[in-house]
Amino acid sequence: MTLDAFRAETRAWLAENCPASMRTPLAEDEIAWGGRRAVWKNPDTKLWLDRMAARGWTAPTWPTAYGGGGLTAEQAGILAQELKNIGARPPLFSFGVWMLGPVLLEYATEAQKQEHLPRIAAGQIRWCQGYSEPGAGSDLASLQTKCEDRGDHFLINGQKIWTSYADQADWIFCLVRTDATRKHEGISFVLFDMTTPGVETRPIQLISGNSPFCETFFTDAKVPKSNLVGKLNGGWEIAKRLLQYERQNISADGFGGVGGSSGVELEDVALAHVGAVQGRIADPDLRARIAAHRMDARAFALTVRRIAAEAKTGRGPGPAASILKYAAANLNQSRHELMLEAMGTDGLGWEGDGFAPPALRETRAWLRSKGNSIEGGTSEINLNVVAKRVLGLLDHQ
Amino acid sequence: MAVLTEEQSILRDAAKSWVADHAPVAALRRLRDAGGWRAGFDPATWRDMAAMGWAGVIVPEAYGGSDFGHQSLALVLEETGRTLTASPLHSTALVVASALILGGTAAQKHAWLPSIAAGDITAALAVDEAAHHAPETIALSAEKSGSGYVLNGKKRFIPDASSADLIVVAARTHAKPGQTEGITLFLVERGTAGLATLPLHTIDTRGAADLTFGNVAVSADAVLGEPGQGWAILEPVLDRASAGLAAEMLGTASQAFDITLDYLKTRTQFGQSIGAFQALQHRAAKMFTELELTRSAVEASLEAIDAGADDIAALASLAKAKANDTLHLVSNEMVQMHGGIGMTDAHDAGLYLKRARVAEALYGSTSYHRDRYARLGGY
Repeated sequence: MTLDAFRAETRAWLAENCPASMRTPLAEDEIAWGGRRAVWKNPDTKLWLDRMAARGWTAPTWPTAYGGGGLTAEQAGILAQELKNIGARPPLFSFGVWMLGPVLLEYATEAQKQEHLPRIAAGQIRWCQGYSEPGAGSDLASLQTKCEDRGDHFLINGQKIWTSYADQADWIFCLVRTDATRKHEGISFVLFDMTTPGVETRPIQLISGNSPFCETFFTDAKVPKSNLVGKLNGGWEIAKRLLQYERQNISADGFGGVGGSSGVELEDVALAHVGAVQGRIADPDLRARIAAHRMDARAFALTVRRIAAEAKTGRGPGPAASILKYAAANLNQSRHELMLEAMGTDGLGWEGDGFAPPALRETRAWLRSKGNSIEGGTSEINLNVVAKRVLGLLDHQ
Repeated sequence: MAVLTEEQSILRDAAKSWVADHAPVAALRRLRDAGGWRAGFDPATWRDMAAMGWAGVIVPEAYGGSDFGHQSLALVLEETGRTLTASPLHSTALVVASALILGGTAAQKHAWLPSIAAGDITAALAVDEAAHHAPETIALSAEKSGSGYVLNGKKRFIPDASSADLIVVAARTHAKPGQTEGITLFLVERGTAGLATLPLHTIDTRGAADLTFGNVAVSADAVLGEPGQGWAILEPVLDRASAGLAAEMLGTASQAFDITLDYLKTRTQFGQSIGAFQALQHRAAKMFTELELTRSAVEASLEAIDAGADDIAALASLAKAKANDTLHLVSNEMVQMHGGIGMTDAHDAGLYLKRARVAEALYGSTSYHRDRYARLGGY
């Protein structure tokens, strides 16, 4: 099929199958995370997920044999454009699709792929990421969660932290220590069910009032040995590859906010709260800083586009890809700071009738954005990576 | 780096090897030390560049050019920007060539484009009259006189004007400074009676000049485009000028960064390379980030120009503003990270710093382009 024919067919199918309510701005409580415990506040959310999953379009480039769409990168790009054109909500938000699936395709056994990938693509199993520990943040490889070989099973003891949505997840992909004598070479990558006896989660309340992260405890949790992905003590390579996907994914949409993709433009908020003089934001200093931010956001979006174009030449992502997560975190934080500043005291409410709901949401989002330069690798770690791997600078002695 | 065609790759490689062999930074230093600020370039160097066809990259084939487009010309500008090559390439082969291509009659194109493409003449665009780029505020007057016009007024700090054979001058035939209507473009030749040129000894040795027009009489066929409608040509020409200069500045900033990065790897203190210190590593990584973001903006603006897209204005302002800020940052860090040696005239850091500030001011500072970007965005 030519790309033009694919586009025409895709457009027609979306026109027919994307429910009207799925073409409205996404509300936080209608995000489709899927999983065993999914609650479908709006039934269209489930309908949209099922229709897209039936075509494999929740994981457009995965092989059809594993529940994907089997699309080429160009076709997936067209699908994304067509979804954007009609303002369609993503059918599924999934750490399984964004992070775990790509490494399973690369490292898992055939049986593991068959078991997990179709359930991820269909949104049946919701995954969480067991990476950070209280003593292993930026220095992730110092993790201590112990995994012992007990003959017919692994026995896992330890604690994870900052596990996103662990309290709502069905399964976890988890980094564990299988050799205490070696640092990077003593780590393994295992999968297990969160209902396994000995697994407990405790939500962490953030400054935004929300609890997207948990502490996760493992006490004598028994895990089948067939749940090891890749080689024993070979998990660090998989862990790093997954982090690349995570950072790519975080930055590709700029935390969802860069460039005004949330639908609320900074300049409109400023015009509404600060006022206008001859059609311009009345505060010239704020106006200049908003324009500077918008220009940086545009340059960022153009960089994402350039990297995609360069990747198509088959030479792989150029060095520009390494800066995306750092740049996206900065941009999203500056956007939220400007938004708060533009709203003035209207943006300083915590809750209640004295403040408009959209303003309250922006305020919570501003607080949440402080984590952007910490999660998925701090900005400092990202700068270290650029300095060492891209620029070739040496470690301090 | 943009995805290049085979011809573009050849062009870029040719430019890269030519600047290395014939126009290293040492050439600019020699020009400066020999009092070359009056002309602003070495004629032999310019002949060389023209012989390679670079003066005709955007000129249509019918007028002796290769019609390769702005993306291609920018590849050359980026390479010459790397070594601070002093030449009238930007003013002549990009800015004035664009004005003629966009606004010239067939007769005007025939009269000037082939000589531009061949490198036989150099040319300059005279717009600004005060210390800051503000094209709407043109006041230089052009009064109707018989069948022609008489020009009176001053132009300030016009790049490459000190030895230009042809000046495209933006004048006001009606309306008031600040208004875009009433602007008319004229083609004025070197040596025209009443045109006085004051070459400026600038920090970058690049041949800018003040021009004074005292009752300069020109004929009606010197008008480029329609009388009073010059803005329709001038604005897109300025966008092309901004995008092309941004490409040159991207080259300058990239090279300044490469030189600095090399120094971080070779200079040792406390028993190790200074690039092993995290304070410098993070600043280097931030510069790299800005360079990559700037490259995306510059390439997108050039692509939009060649495609005739409808957002050329916003992208050109974005490209110039990003190039301004990034070159500003990198040129300052180049001095600082080199320490004492960076303060000496013997080192090239000062040459990069001096060119940086001139290029930042030409065709609009960051605050000019930021304001314009906001205006275009409706806020």
